[in-house]
Amino acid sequence: MKAAVIVFPGSNCDTDCWHVIRDVMNVNVDFVWHKETDLKGVDLVVLPGGFSYGDYLRCGAIARFSPIMKEVIKHADAGRYVIGICNGFQVLLEAGLLPGALLRNRTLRFMCKPVYLRVENSTTIFTNHLKQNQVIEVPIAHGEGNYFCDERTLETLEGNKKIIFRYCSENGTISDEFNPNGSLSHIAGIINQKGNVLGMMPHPERMSESILGGTDGKKIWESIVSYVK
Amino acid sequence: MYKAKINVTLKKSVLDPQGKTVLQAVHSLGFHSAQEMRVGKYFELSLNSTDRVKAEQELKAMCAELLVNPVIEDYTFQLEEVR
Amino acid sequence: MSMTISEPKVTKELIERHGITPEEYDYICKILGREPNFTELGIFSVMWSEHCSYKNSKPVLKKLTKTTIAACPNSLLLVKPGDENAGVIDIGDGLAICFKIESHNHPSAIEPFQGAATGVGGIIRDIFTMGARPILCMDSLRFGKLDEKINKHLLRGVVAGIAHYGNCIGLPTVGGEIYFDESYEGNCLVNALCLGLMKKEDMIKGSAKGAGNPVYYVGATTGRDGLGGAAFASRELTEESKEDRPAVQVGDPFLEKLLLEACLELKKTGAIVGMQDMGAAGLTCSTCETASRGSTGIEIDLVKVPKRETGMVPYEIMLSESQERMLVIVEKGKEKIVEAIFEKWDLHAVKIGEVRDGHLMKVYENGRLVAEIPARALAEDGLIYNRESTVPGYLKEMQQLDLNSIAEPADFNQVLLKLLDDPSIASKAWIYEQYDHMVRTDTVFLPGHDAALVRVKGTKKGIALATDCNGLYCYLDPYEGGKIAVAESARNVVCSGAKPIAITNCLNFGNPMKPDIFWQFQKCVEGMTDACCVFQTPVTGGNVSFYNESPKGAIYPTPTIGMLGLMENIESRIPSFFQKAGDTIYLLGETLNEIGASQYLLNVHGLKQGLPPRLDLKKEKALHEMILSGAQEKTFVSCHDLSDGGLAVAVAECLFGKIGHPLGARIDFEFGENLRRDALLFGETQSRVLVSVETKNEKFLEALATEHGVPFYKLGKVTENRLKIDSFIDIDSTQLEQVYRQAIPRRMS
Repeated sequence: MKAAVIVFPGSNCDTDCWHVIRDVMNVNVDFVWHKETDLKGVDLVVLPGGFSYGDYLRCGAIARFSPIMKEVIKHADAGRYVIGICNGFQVLLEAGLLPGALLRNRTLRFMCKPVYLRVENSTTIFTNHLKQNQVIEVPIAHGEGNYFCDERTLETLEGNKKIIFRYCSENGTISDEFNPNGSLSHIAGIINQKGNVLGMMPHPERMSESILGGTDGKKIWESIVSYVK
Repeated sequence: MYKAKINVTLKKSVLDPQGKTVLQAVHSLGFHSAQEMRVGKYFELSLNSTDRVKAEQELKAMCAELLVNPVIEDYTFQLEEVR
Repeated sequence: MSMTISEPKVTKELIERHGITPEEYDYICKILGREPNFTELGIFSVMWSEHCSYKNSKPVLKKLTKTTIAACPNSLLLVKPGDENAGVIDIGDGLAICFKIESHNHPSAIEPFQGAATGVGGIIRDIFTMGARPILCMDSLRFGKLDEKINKHLLRGVVAGIAHYGNCIGLPTVGGEIYFDESYEGNCLVNALCLGLMKKEDMIKGSAKGAGNPVYYVGATTGRDGLGGAAFASRELTEESKEDRPAVQVGDPFLEKLLLEACLELKKTGAIVGMQDMGAAGLTCSTCETASRGSTGIEIDLVKVPKRETGMVPYEIMLSESQERMLVIVEKGKEKIVEAIFEKWDLHAVKIGEVRDGHLMKVYENGRLVAEIPARALAEDGLIYNRESTVPGYLKEMQQLDLNSIAEPADFNQVLLKLLDDPSIASKAWIYEQYDHMVRTDTVFLPGHDAALVRVKGTKKGIALATDCNGLYCYLDPYEGGKIAVAESARNVVCSGAKPIAITNCLNFGNPMKPDIFWQFQKCVEGMTDACCVFQTPVTGGNVSFYNESPKGAIYPTPTIGMLGLMENIESRIPSFFQKAGDTIYLLGETLNEIGASQYLLNVHGLKQGLPPRLDLKKEKALHEMILSGAQEKTFVSCHDLSDGGLAVAVAECLFGKIGHPLGARIDFEFGENLRRDALLFGETQSRVLVSVETKNEKFLEALATEHGVPFYKLGKVTENRLKIDSFIDIDSTQLEQVYRQAIPRRMS
C-alpha cells in the first residue's frame, strides 16, 4: 500500500498524518505539494487538517482549486480511497466530492477537546475494524465544524447509511448536550455514495498512540490499511 | 471600468449563530426594535471591462465558482460603471 | 547631506516629543559629527527606546544573566543572552532548544484580539529566525477581576487572538497561567512564549557578514501601521498621511506560516548568511542589528521596499512595525536558490540592499541618502541609566499581619468552595479549549497539568515547560516573590518528572523612573538570581516591559518565569492527578503558620496583606532531587505542587483528572495543635508537593524522603467520590468539580 498526504499552503496536520501512517502503521507515505499534478498511483490520499489559505473566504474554498485537486477528483472517481480530516473534510465538501457544508460552531468559538463518536456504519472500508454502535474517543479541533445540508441530502445520507460517525456521550447517547458544534443530526463524519471518500471533523491521527492518551483513532487507519493490503 | 459590490449572506434556511449573538448584544444595549439579524460578507472589486453584459457574466461566474458556496449562501450584486 | 523640504525641521520640541533627552541628543550629534535629520532622529528614538535598548534595565539584567550563567558551569548555552533573538540551549543528542517569552501588554489593552495575536506572531518569528522549528506556545496572562464587564471583554478578545494566530499557524498552545486581580485593571498583561527545536548545527545567527552579500526583504508589505508613539511626528508630513492611520497592527498567521516553512526550507540550502525578523522598530532594528553583530556596514534602498500605501516617507518606512516581515542576508551567487524557495511558497522576496565593508548603516531613497548612522552605535551604544531606587512607602504597613486578629472561619467547606470558584484558581478549560493544544501530536500532558509536556519524536526525550509568577507575593516582598516565581515554576516542572535546565523571563513592572518601582524591579531580579543559581537554571534571555500603569497606579511587579525542563526518558513522567482509589497520599515538605499574601486571606478576609511565605532554597532543592530520583524508579502515581489555596485546593485539584469522573480522598492525618487550621488547609507554605503512591511503594517513598531530608506526612487514601479532610472538610467530589469547572464559563456566559 502507498499513501499520499496533500500539503496545501496552511496545512498543519500534514506531518501528523504522515507520522501516523509511516511510523505507527508502517505504510509507505509521501507528501504531495498542492501544485503537483501527479499522485503517482497511490492507494490512499489524505487531505489533512489545518488552515489552507488561512481559511480566507471560506474554509477549504481556495484549496479546492489547487492543481492537485483535479487529480484527487480523478482518483476518487476511479474508486480509489480518500480521507479528508477537519480542513480536509471542508476541502472535500467545497470540491463537491461530498455533499453539504460546514458552518461556524454554534458556540462561535474554536474548540479543541476530546469527544465521543458513535460508529453508525462499521461496514465501510474506513471502519471495518470498529463495531457497529461502538463508542470511540477522538479529539476535535475546529472553529467551523457545524455540518449542514438540505433535507433531501440528509434523507439520502440517512437512508443509504452514509453517516459514519455521530457525536455522542461516553455511553453512546445521542443528544444535543453531546453535540459540540451544532452539527445537523449530530454528524461528525460522512462517506460518499460509492463508499471510497470519507470526510470527518475529528482527528483520528491525534488518538493513534497510547502516549497521547488513546488508540481509538488508530482503528480507522487499521481499517483502510487492512482493506487495501 | 466597472465596480462591483457583492453581498453574500447565509441562506434563510441556515442557522446563523453569529447573527443571533450579535442580535442579542444589540438587544442588551437596549435596541429592542431590532428583530432579525444576518451577518454576511461584502466584496468590492473593479473589473477592467467595457462591456456591461460581459462584466455581469464574469461576476456571476466568479460567485458561482468561488466567492459563494451555494449550499449555504445567497448573494446579490450591484455593478456600476466608473471612469 | 541635504534635507528635503517636506521633512520637518529637527527642533527642540520635536526632539523632546521623540523621548530623546538633551544628553542623548548631544551624544547623537557626537556620534554623527553633525545634527541628525528628521529620519535619523526617528531611527535613534526607536533604537534607544527602553524596548530596544533596555536603557533602564541593562545593568540589572546583565548582573542577572552573568551571575546565573557563572553559577551554572554545566549548562550548555549556545548563545549569550541578549546576543541573539532568543536563548538557545543544548539538550544532547545533537539537539538544541530555542525559547523566549515576550510581552504584548499595551497593544492588547487597546485591541485585545489583534494585540494578543500579533504578540504570538512576534514571538514565533523570534524562534524560527534562529533556524529552529517552533513546536509549542504558552501564555501568561493577567487581567482585572473577571466580574467586571471590561475584563470579560479583554479576556474574550485576548484568548480569541491567541487562538486565532496559534491555531492557524499550527502550533499547540500547551498551557500557561492566568490571574485576575484589581492591580491589572486597565493594564492587562499578555506574555507570549514560544519554544523551538533544532539540530545544533542548524542555528542561524542574526548577523550580516560578507561585503557584497545581498540583503533580501520578504513577507508582508510595509504600511503605516504600528508607528505607535512616534506617529504624532509623521502626522505633520503630508496631506495624504492624515488619512486614517491604523495604530493597531493586524496579524496574518497564514502569511507567517508560509514564511516559517520557507525560512526553514532555506536553512537547509546553506544559502543564508543571517536572518532577522522585523519586530519592534521594524526595518531600522533589523538592519542596524544585523550589521552591528556582523561588524559590517549595510546599505538599503527604500524604493525597493514593498509598500501597501502610497506616499510613505523614509521616516515612516524605517519606523513601520507592520507584521510578518523578515530580513534575510544571502550568500552572493545563491540568490536564485533563495528566490525559488520563496516563489514556491508564494512569497515575493525582494533584494533591497547589500552588506558593505565598514560600519555604516546607509539608507537611500531613489539614490538619495536619507540616513547614515554607524550601525553599532545605534544598536549598542545608547546611553544606559542607573535608576534611583528606594524602598516603597507602602511596604512596611502592608507586610504587617497580626495572626491573632484573623478569626478562623466556622465552615471550611464554604471556604474551599469559594476558593475553587475563584477564576485565578478554577479550571482554565474555557480558555485552553479555544487553543488547539494537540496539533503536532506531541502533547503528552494536556493543559491543566502542573507543567506542559511534549515528546520529541525520534528520541526518548520529553520537554516540560511551566510559567509562573505570583504578583501579590512580589508586591508584598519583591525579593521573596522573585525567588518563589523561579522556585514554583521549577517545582511545577519537577512534579512532571523533568529536570529544570534553564529559564526565560518577562519582567512586567510600572514606571522605572519612579524609585520605588525600580526598587521592586531590582529586588525581584535579585530573588530570581539567587534561585536560579541554586536550581542550576541559567537565564537564557527574555524581555522587560515597563510603564505598566493605569490611572490607579502600577501593576503588581510581575516577573513571569518560563521554566524549561528536560526528561531524558519520557517514560519517567508523572501526571498531576490521582489515578485510582486505594493509592496512598503523602504530603512532602513542612507546613507552617503562613497565611500572609494568600488567596485564602484575600478571598475570605478581603486582605492583601502580610509577608508571603518564606522560601528556603536548600529545602526546595532537596525536594526537587527527591522527586526526580523517585521518578526514575517510577515511585509516584501522581505528583502535584501546593500553591494558591494551599493543601485543600491541591487535594481537590488532584481529583479532577477525568472530566465528569472525579475521584475522592480521605485525609485523616493529625497535624496537632501548633498549626492553625486555616494555615493547614489553605496556607501557602512553599516547598511542598502532594504525591500519591501505590500501597506497596510506601516504604520506598518514606526511605527516599528520609534520604533526601524531606519531611513527609502520610495523609490518607485516594477514594471513590468524596473529599474528606479530618473533621474540617467533607464535600461530594461532583459538587467540587462542578464549582471548579463552572467558575469561568458562568462568568463568561
